[in-house]
Amino acid sequence: MSVEQKVKEIVVDQLGISADEVKPEAKFVEDLGADSLDLTELIMAMEEEFDIEIDDEKAQELLTIQAVVDFIKANQ
Amino acid sequence: MPRVVVTGLSALTPIGNNLEQSWESLLAGKSGVDHLTRFDCTGFPSRIAAQVKDFDPTSYMSAKEAKRMDRFCHLGVAGARMLIQDSGLTSDNMDMEQCGVLLGCGLGGLETIEEFHSKLLKSGPRRVSPFYIPLLIANMVAGQISIATGVKGPNLVTTSACASGMHAIGYAFSDIMLGRARAMITGGVESTITPMALSGFSAMKALSTRNDDPQGASRPFDKDRDGFVIGEGSGQMLLESLDSARERGARIYAEVVGFGASADAFHITAPDDSGEGMATCMKMALREAGVDPEQVDHINAHGTSTYLNDITETRAIKEVFGKHAYDILLTANKSMIGHTLGAAGGIEGVFSTKSLYHGQVPGTINLDTADAECDLDYCGHGSVTRHINYALCNSFGFGGTNGCILFKKFEE
Repeated sequence: MSVEQKVKEIVVDQLGISADEVKPEAKFVEDLGADSLDLTELIMAMEEEFDIEIDDEKAQELLTIQAVVDFIKANQ
Repeated sequence: MPRVVVTGLSALTPIGNNLEQSWESLLAGKSGVDHLTRFDCTGFPSRIAAQVKDFDPTSYMSAKEAKRMDRFCHLGVAGARMLIQDSGLTSDNMDMEQCGVLLGCGLGGLETIEEFHSKLLKSGPRRVSPFYIPLLIANMVAGQISIATGVKGPNLVTTSACASGMHAIGYAFSDIMLGRARAMITGGVESTITPMALSGFSAMKALSTRNDDPQGASRPFDKDRDGFVIGEGSGQMLLESLDSARERGARIYAEVVGFGASADAFHITAPDDSGEGMATCMKMALREAGVDPEQVDHINAHGTSTYLNDITETRAIKEVFGKHAYDILLTANKSMIGHTLGAAGGIEGVFSTKSLYHGQVPGTINLDTADAECDLDYCGHGSVTRHINYALCNSFGFGGTNGCILFKKFEE
């Protein structure tokens, strides 16, 4: 499974939304209804799935699905 | 002070996923105890439980909401939704700032604690979810119910072990009498059929180990009882001032007329074997209501199926009611639903109300040969139909805490 697909799967599962809503440019808070706890949980799920570390400062910059995908690809 | 009445009921129990199903099973003497399936309990001394079965939280909330709640909140929110429906309460007929939530919960999200503690040990602190605390704290069930239903009055949880639900009803009753609220969602909720809970209660030798006969394991007042069976569930009622109930044209199930709360000041887990603490509590509820012991027709006993509770409770009832104790119809719902801990007072309070409303007392099952010291009428031969004016409901908890509510058949 590609990074894109896996990230999408995690977002769908964590935020309880339908797969159609998960577009690359979708913003977690504005478009997908995430709150601050959801965001932290989402980042933790990514860290666990891809065996990477995302520090808090970096995490605050990852506002869209595409940003998360790019970061994972660059740091895997 | 305003009179306080019961205008809504809900139950989610090991013998039914709604009020009517639970009540029918109770009258039919159907046990909800079975082999424990929630986790692999191989090697545990007690491998039986009274579990809520085939319950899907997403029938009552979104999948995302369900994911962000421990099971005790699933049961609590589902119970509250059924309660609101039963009571006919809406934001059109109730000032939501005048309606609160006061539920009993003995432990809270134990399942969550165990899950994340394992994660912490295995993967370190960065793997503990930001939802860990909101998932586990006991008062979250009151918070989630307010979010789900929009009620904005007093919002809290009482924790007094197995008396939690009873104390919740008592203090909700007080809130309405004092004018702090017009209506309160109250009762109890618990879901802690987990490895740690089972280990802890087993270490205390509190649980039945009748593993080869699950349905016969919970046998309050029987001479062969060997401990309680762990259960889970939710029992909720809407208490409301009589004025508010009349304004809404609500159905009135019963009136709440007395509340007793006392401490044994004796031992951390064993009841004071003189029965004094329990007796004090029952007398307090009668005194508040201005009711003579001879007027009480029915007692929904705590009846846990532990050696000490059942003889001590019987002793205490005789102390309070004297010879009249032998004329009272007692029952022990735990013979069928197991011990639902913090939910017990809520569920059994709901069933006490149903007994008053319908004039039916469910039997105590598995009472084959009563303990020589348990010589009252526990309805051991099945449910009994009889007009009831006053029903007392008892709950007693670790720490030596006692709670009793006196319900009365409603009359204008």
